[in-house]
Amino acid sequence: MRAMLSRLRHMLVKEFIQVLRDKRTRFLLLGPPVIQMVVFGYAATLEIKHVPMAVLDYDQSQASRELVSRFEGSRYFDVRYRLTDRRQVADLIDRGEVTMAVEIDAGFARLLGKGETAHAQVIVDASNSNTALVGLGYLNEVAGSYAREYQLASLSRTAPLAAGGLPTIVLDKRPWYNTDMSSQWFFVPGVIGNLMLVIVMTLTAVSVVREREIGTLEQIMVTPIRRSEFILGKTIPFFLIGGLDATLISAVGTFWFKVPLRGSVWVLALGTVLFLLGALGIGLFISTVSATQQQAMVTSFFFIMPAIIFSGFGSPISSMPTFLQYLTLLNPMRYFQTVLRSVYLKGVGIDVLWPQMAGMAAIGIFMLSVSVLRFHKSLE
Amino acid sequence: MIRDSRDLRKDPRDTRDLRDLRKGPEGAAVVVTGLVKRFGDFAAVDDISLTANKGEIFGFLGPNGAGKSTTIRMLCGLLSPTSGSATVSGIDVATHPEIVRQNIGYMSQKFSLYNDLTVLENLHFFAGMYSVPRSQLPSRISWAVEMAGLNGREKSMAGTLATGWKQRLALGCAVLHRPPVVFLDEPTSGVDPMSRRQFWELIHQMAADGVTVFVTTHYMDEAEYCNRLVLIYRGKIVASGSPLELKEGSMSGELLLVECEKVGQALELLGAAPFIQDAAIFGNALHLVVENAEQAAPGVKTLLAREGIAAGKVERIRPSLEDVFVSLTTPRPGRTP
Repeated sequence: MRAMLSRLRHMLVKEFIQVLRDKRTRFLLLGPPVIQMVVFGYAATLEIKHVPMAVLDYDQSQASRELVSRFEGSRYFDVRYRLTDRRQVADLIDRGEVTMAVEIDAGFARLLGKGETAHAQVIVDASNSNTALVGLGYLNEVAGSYAREYQLASLSRTAPLAAGGLPTIVLDKRPWYNTDMSSQWFFVPGVIGNLMLVIVMTLTAVSVVREREIGTLEQIMVTPIRRSEFILGKTIPFFLIGGLDATLISAVGTFWFKVPLRGSVWVLALGTVLFLLGALGIGLFISTVSATQQQAMVTSFFFIMPAIIFSGFGSPISSMPTFLQYLTLLNPMRYFQTVLRSVYLKGVGIDVLWPQMAGMAAIGIFMLSVSVLRFHKSLE
Repeated sequence: MIRDSRDLRKDPRDTRDLRDLRKGPEGAAVVVTGLVKRFGDFAAVDDISLTANKGEIFGFLGPNGAGKSTTIRMLCGLLSPTSGSATVSGIDVATHPEIVRQNIGYMSQKFSLYNDLTVLENLHFFAGMYSVPRSQLPSRISWAVEMAGLNGREKSMAGTLATGWKQRLALGCAVLHRPPVVFLDEPTSGVDPMSRRQFWELIHQMAADGVTVFVTTHYMDEAEYCNRLVLIYRGKIVASGSPLELKEGSMSGELLLVECEKVGQALELLGAAPFIQDAAIFGNALHLVVENAEQAAPGVKTLLAREGIAAGKVERIRPSLEDVFVSLTTPRPGRTP
């Protein structure tokens, strides 16, 4: 027992010296995660603002100009071009200069005046379907509210009494957890998960195979060290580094992006610890089965990509085909994303999150055991 | 140069709990019986049996790919044999690999040190892996530093050391725990001649202190330093014995040195002569195996003269290990190599 602890201690000392001696490596462990957290926190958003747009006004009436000025006044659109010829539209959209072009027909104001339906055409670059959809929604809203005001105004001129009693439905919105419906609040906790996965996986995936490549693994194998001691010696340093990184980038989320941490820090910490176990286990497994560091890196990238996509980080799992939804149950990232967002925004505790915690614990323990069993003290 | 390397066998731990596990003849450090290792269809080691005695420098000689490293790796428990058995210090490698590991030192061809650790950090790490007792640690470490000639460079990164120092540091790391048996796999490959010489002095010192040193090499001159040798070729043992025994006994005839021009042409000519058993080129001369050197010498001169090849010295020499090796591994009709 004492010999075991002593060997483990020597493994840890060696690993920490190797990781922390170099100034550049020390910076690489802590600097980029924080920088990436800041950058991704701003970049990862679904909000559509300042959509570049072109306007083609064939009517040139007061009504059409009023509509255009409403577009300009909205923070969603930037009217970049006022065109005179329909043929200019295609070129601007091809070049990506504008995402939308609104064409107002001649006679727009005349039709409105007569109380008839007036048409305006919207051409939209729908190659990014999300932007197109959201942009069209905003456009509809702006045009709709203008139409209602126009109706009311004309009604109050012709029949002032009827205007007051116009029937309407108003939906009172009560967005829970994220009152402003800020997508940053949604994405920042998610980015914490992504960064943790990338850091821990890339560090551990090369850890064993590096020693195999330089030949020190063979030298270690002839010593009396047990394989569990060796694997623990490889795990604990990256576990601690991962924990430190998690603390740092969560602090950026809380103090820089002001995402409220409504739940318990301890629940978040427990979730992070369990997630790290899974990520470490998978990373170590890759490292024990790889022959070269390059192989290990490529394999871990092949894991990281789907782990993020099938985690609910961007697209909701409920929108995926059923069999893929079942597949996500094997993905520790899926549980961690739920834990992160639930603890941060909903403030829920273990009583709600225990299934996620159990899922991550099971994956972590399974993968670490497999790594220990897979790692033989032989060259075969 | 070397202090504190006595008492190499006096670690109380190995005698106490190992007594029951020991088997095989007293005095034998390594016993290998019918060892076979196949990789697919290829037999890298093909039925090898040998015994290395305590305190012996046991040489394992053969060309690259002969099966030397594979054998040594099986003896250290790094590879499992296809069949056959091996005991080290009387303990079966297959059934008790962990006990064997505590009792051996192993140095692989690559001198596997951590290049990003200092000399001292490497030594402390391996001392920790072998659970060197705290009380012995300072003396063992300073012994290893001195042995490697690294006094004053304890804080240098192992990666910055020249090959000779690296090799001696690797040896130091491998024997910090005073193993009774040490396996060295091509310890001197890529090391300059001066360092090789120093390294062999260390090996002799260890053997004098009672350590069994099992060493592979493909340098024939190094083989001369061994107490006993096994010649291995294509996975099989082709000869064994002391260097002297091998040189005296393994050759069927006497050896004739022929200095001449156009050695290639001369080899062809003499190789075909009926009274010459074997011919091989050594540098710019020929070595011929003949039944009687004195009788054969005039015949050789006549043959060469007839073809217009100017001959210099033609005289009997004592065979070197290289001669023995060439003679044993050259396939000739009527003899299995």
